[in-house]
Amino acid sequence: MSAVLQAARLDIVESVRARWFAIYALVFGGLIAILFIFGLTESRVMGFTGLSRMLLTYIQLTMAILPIFVLLSTVRSLVGDREAGVYEYMLSFPISLSGWFWGRFVGRFLVVFLPVFAAMLIALVVGLFMGAEEVPWRDFLWYSALLFSLSLCFLGISFFISALARTSDIAQSLAFVIWLALLLFLDLMLIGLLIQFQTPAEVVVGLALANPLEVFRIGAMMLFDPQLILLGPAAYMILDWFGNAGFMTYALLYPLALGLVLAGIGFWVFRRTDLP
Amino acid sequence: MIELRHLVKTFRRTRVLDDLSLTIADGDRIALIGSNGAGKTTMIRCILGEYVHEGTVLIDGLSPRDHRTRVLGKIAFVPQMPPPLRMPAGDLVEFAARVHDSDVATIRQVAARLGLDLEEVRRRPFLKLSGGQKQKLLIAIAMGHDASIFILDEPTANLDPAARQIVFDLLAERLDRTMIISSHRLEEVALLVNRVIELDRGRVVLDDKVEEAVDPSLRLDCEIVLRRPDEAFAKAIAEWGFASAEDGLTWRGEVAGPDRLRFLGMLARYSGIVRALELKERDAAACKEEQAHVQA
Repeated sequence: MSAVLQAARLDIVESVRARWFAIYALVFGGLIAILFIFGLTESRVMGFTGLSRMLLTYIQLTMAILPIFVLLSTVRSLVGDREAGVYEYMLSFPISLSGWFWGRFVGRFLVVFLPVFAAMLIALVVGLFMGAEEVPWRDFLWYSALLFSLSLCFLGISFFISALARTSDIAQSLAFVIWLALLLFLDLMLIGLLIQFQTPAEVVVGLALANPLEVFRIGAMMLFDPQLILLGPAAYMILDWFGNAGFMTYALLYPLALGLVLAGIGFWVFRRTDLP
Repeated sequence: MIELRHLVKTFRRTRVLDDLSLTIADGDRIALIGSNGAGKTTMIRCILGEYVHEGTVLIDGLSPRDHRTRVLGKIAFVPQMPPPLRMPAGDLVEFAARVHDSDVATIRQVAARLGLDLEEVRRRPFLKLSGGQKQKLLIAIAMGHDASIFILDEPTANLDPAARQIVFDLLAERLDRTMIISSHRLEEVALLVNRVIELDRGRVVLDDKVEEAVDPSLRLDCEIVLRRPDEAFAKAIAEWGFASAEDGLTWRGEVAGPDRLRFLGMLARYSGIVRALELKERDAAACKEEQAHVQA
């Protein structure tokens, strides 16, 4: 446990000094600032006003930005460290490989999740001071949990890629392709499968629910639209299969499990290959 | 004891270590030499358990890959290239002290002997230190650990003569330990070691004992008289800490015993203007007394 904590601490110290982290924190802090500046807390869209509306917009923007940011920055820094000789030196210290790998995973998770979470929390606190009538604590907790799950999922994918790829060029390309595929399978490819190949709807919805981005999107949607009216006919199947509470549980646990399984495979590869 | 048995390491189709077998006994101080691509760094990484390979690597009967913490706890390592770590130098020292079960004060003392004030650089990112400072810090971390095996990959590459002398002194204080000192050039490390191993294309092509004739802590008093003052020479000799009388013709200073070949190599470039040269071994007892005085 001590090795995990030491490696985690080391990763946090390293990451917060990296340029990518400054940009990352700035992007999410900036997002919140922009949402305040443009008066989103006062706007009324589809019945949502105040902080609920702002949180919803923030979470949608986060879904677009967080995965690619986590993927690219993580694979670049992990594989880059290996290429630059950081692993050669740091892994000459008597620290177990599991402690090193999982410590870095924990450290990186905190570095990735906390700025997004903090930005959301600050928004609520600022909103409170600005005289918001009602603070949406329930939404805040659900969004935080969904973000936790999404961050961990993409971090797991990143650690998996980093263990497989030997150069940062390959790692970044792979990360980008995976992100693009997940993005395309949000809508475009699924519609294509339905129309062009007459794929059964169950398969298409099944594919959608294997996509952590889609799961996050539907989970976030379900919080303000429990009947998933915005989703269209697929909502019937999802609600039929899972029910409301069932799907929210799935939306939390599936990305979490996927991230941990992929990180686990990454560790398995890591400990069986050359370290530097 | 370090045992390498039929070690083979292949990168894609290139066989970097080719059925390498070697036994390094406790107390062996090895100069690991060979040209670029000979397999020195690969062999070191196998000993550190960082590469998967064919064959066997055992350190005191244990595999460094399977028993990482036990094996690496005995090893102090200085890499050829300082890693580009962003963390403050102080954090690196604290991390090393924690995992090595050593203490920061010892590392600070060694760093001070090398001319590096740890307090001054503590908050600076390791990456932003100069090449010499990084090297000194890595050496201080390694020497601050009570290791039984020292693996040093080109340890003095970025150091000035004065700092190199301190490194030689530090190594001289640990002559009972096992050392593997990798270098492109034998003359850099010849006087520190008792065995030379040369690698070529992943094989041992030379494995020889070296007579331990020179005390690594030995110093030589040197006086050089020139035919005429020379600006380039003045610059080069000043780096060795030499001082001249006002005329710039007579230069006096001291040279570390293990550094003598390197010094003569430098001097050879100016042989045309050297009228007289005297190199005289200083009394060993006086050297040790002086060293103790510096440490105090």
